[in-house]
Amino acid sequence: MAMSRDEIFQEVKEVLIDALGVDDDEVTSDATLMGDLGAESIDFLDIVFRLEKAFEVKIAREELFPIENIMSNQDFVKDGKLTKAGLAEMKEKMPHTDFASFEKDPDINKLGDLFTVDSIVNYVETKLN
Amino acid sequence: MRWIWIDKFIEFESGKRAVALKNVTMAEDHVHDHFPHFPMMPEALMVEAMAQTAGILVGQANGFKEKVILAKIRNAIFNHYVVPGDTILIEAEIESIANEAASTTGKITCGEKLIAEISLMFSHIDQNIAGKKFPEENFVMTDLFEIVLRDLAMSGRAK
Repeated sequence: MAMSRDEIFQEVKEVLIDALGVDDDEVTSDATLMGDLGAESIDFLDIVFRLEKAFEVKIAREELFPIENIMSNQDFVKDGKLTKAGLAEMKEKMPHTDFASFEKDPDINKLGDLFTVDSIVNYVETKLN
Repeated sequence: MRWIWIDKFIEFESGKRAVALKNVTMAEDHVHDHFPHFPMMPEALMVEAMAQTAGILVGQANGFKEKVILAKIRNAIFNHYVVPGDTILIEAEIESIANEAASTTGKITCGEKLIAEISLMFSHIDQNIAGKKFPEENFVMTDLFEIVLRDLAMSGRAK
């Protein structure tokens, strides 16, 4: 199924409006799912299910949101920050994500900011094409 | 009064759909507590009836090995009141199911009337909350529910 980036964005937007009960204009490319759109952990699974349906693809949660596996590994987290190995692992697992600002201070409390509307669009784009 | 909001299953297709029935009676306390002098079944308890129907469907799909809990009301629309004397049918379908969770869609009807449409998310808590211990017994599937299901098995309506 070939879709343009804008078509993917519109579809992702619909998914987020339904899953999170947010308004149309809140879903901007750089909006963070947790901080800006108020997503909680169960919402991430809801988003995965709805994306699967909308784009007719199979998505493993840890592929789109691999945070838990990384957090539970002691080599990856130290003193509340991601270690070099942890950061490398995140980058490998989340190629669809922009790490530029997180990298400067890899505080685990800021991990949520990595999940933006854009990161989902990137992920779906890779998955479809 | 017991926390069980379905009387019996009338259809059960493993991993796919289930239909439960509830008779609402004037003898139930909850119908009197919502509005004074207007006995009706509170909408929140209709959500619970759907959660029990859909939750058992989801739990059964994994052989009741997981502890299934209601995690999110994705959507709930109510069109009509349910009043004492009504028999409601609660139909639930599994939309998606994964290791950690499941989503369901469903409707509640009374005769020809569409009472409600309710879509839910269930979480398998053992898969989600790392490091926390939960009791061994399956506290979600109580003996009462087993009786409801046993009745279904005996009647030969389960698939």
